[in-house]
Amino acid sequence: MSDPKFTDDHEWARMDDGSVVTVGITAFAQDQLGEVVFVELPKVGSSVGQGDEAAVVESVKAAGEVKSPVSGEIVAVNEALVDNPALVNEDPVGEGWFYKVKVEDDSEFASLMEQTAYDQFVEGLA
Amino acid sequence: MTETTPLHAMHVELGARMVPFAGYEMPVQYPGGIMTEHKHTRSAAGLFDVSHMGQITLTGPNRVSALESLMPVDIESLKPGQQRYAFFTNDAGGILDDMMVTNRGDDLLLVVNAACKEDDLKHLQTRIGTQCDITHHTDRALLALQGPLAVNVLRTIAPDVANLEFMQASRAEIAGESCYVSRSGYTGEDGFEISMTNEACEAVARALLEFDEVLPIGLGARDSLRLEAGLCLYGHDIDTQTTPVEANLRWALSRARRVDGDRPGGYPGSDVIATQLETGVSSKRVGIQPAGRAPVREGAILTDATGATVGRVTSGGFGPSVDGPVAMGYVNTEMSETGSELGAIVRGKTLPVTVAKLPFSPHRYKR
Repeated sequence: MSDPKFTDDHEWARMDDGSVVTVGITAFAQDQLGEVVFVELPKVGSSVGQGDEAAVVESVKAAGEVKSPVSGEIVAVNEALVDNPALVNEDPVGEGWFYKVKVEDDSEFASLMEQTAYDQFVEGLA
Repeated sequence: MTETTPLHAMHVELGARMVPFAGYEMPVQYPGGIMTEHKHTRSAAGLFDVSHMGQITLTGPNRVSALESLMPVDIESLKPGQQRYAFFTNDAGGILDDMMVTNRGDDLLLVVNAACKEDDLKHLQTRIGTQCDITHHTDRALLALQGPLAVNVLRTIAPDVANLEFMQASRAEIAGESCYVSRSGYTGEDGFEISMTNEACEAVARALLEFDEVLPIGLGARDSLRLEAGLCLYGHDIDTQTTPVEANLRWALSRARRVDGDRPGGYPGSDVIATQLETGVSSKRVGIQPAGRAPVREGAILTDATGATVGRVTSGGFGPSVDGPVAMGYVNTEMSETGSELGAIVRGKTLPVTVAKLPFSPHRYKR
């Protein structure tokens, strides 16, 4: 399992093995949203393009979307979020994952931001 | 230019996330989060800084008739120390702003929306400026203490306020400061609004926050609380394009000002409102209960079984006390019966919703 990498839309992606990437939203994103009350997940078997709105995440106050950091086929979704969307707040980069994508190659993943670059990016937003 | 309230530094100190709202930098939430703040207000007491709202007084012997010439509301019967919900109407019967009016004995106090206050002042000056004196009290701040334990807290430092009933008001001393307190608010809960000078505001706020029962509450929870309580947010649920009849605010149209009342009409749009009361309206504001868990938010189109547009959502989100999504909006009158099954279009999909009775969370005022 790789270290997570990041998008400037505040998603994280982690390469589980050579071909499956797990996707979620960052600690910063969940903090900005506030308590998550609803999550809509993509369908297993559907395909998603890089930057596509793959999932929906809503807090008391606002609705947001999860733009897929990588393209490929959805091979798993985190059903636990449907009954317990607060997992996104409690453990955004762990138990609060959204879905897994089987990717063709790792070029898109490789182009994402490293942790240090993302941290600097977030700092720049303050 | 963004303005601040006298509590700005305190909000920041308490860890608030500050956002621009109606020209002010206001706390949207504190570290506890909107859900916690909302539930705390329903179970204990929440302190809201509402100093951005406008406090306007009318003085002079003709103040009552002057104000009545701008609204379909009975001001004459308001006894000293009584408060009433009211609104300014335009010539089409639309709502220019909604507000609380209090007879303070020597004057009438209007508490108006922050986003509307400058227009309200112009409206007052233009329409009744020669009939009474109009003063905008920019030197005054406003706090709201809301929730079932608000009275317990406030009575320990200002015993007399516990005698007030819903929509009554009086002077009171809090934390050594001279305040004007009303038993009202906009959360659906029992509670108080406290007006004091800008200088006194922080001392009063800190005296209230001393109590374990009291947490500071931001605009986020203020919105979810008023939405569950079925209360209108100006600029969203009501505006210049909606009349009080369409907005389902008939209860606020005083008997005395109706066609068969003692002082009928005589306010902008009175003919339109009288006709609507007589013959009905084509659409009206109702509660919208989504069937699923997905919030249905402002702007969502409402459809009938054939897919035809029959209305729109004007406020919607998640109700922490209801523990599910809640909304309100306008629907064609023929579809406005409680229980009517409609669709709400969210991200291109039609979600099932039903027309629901308001409020979603029962009012618990002290009457």
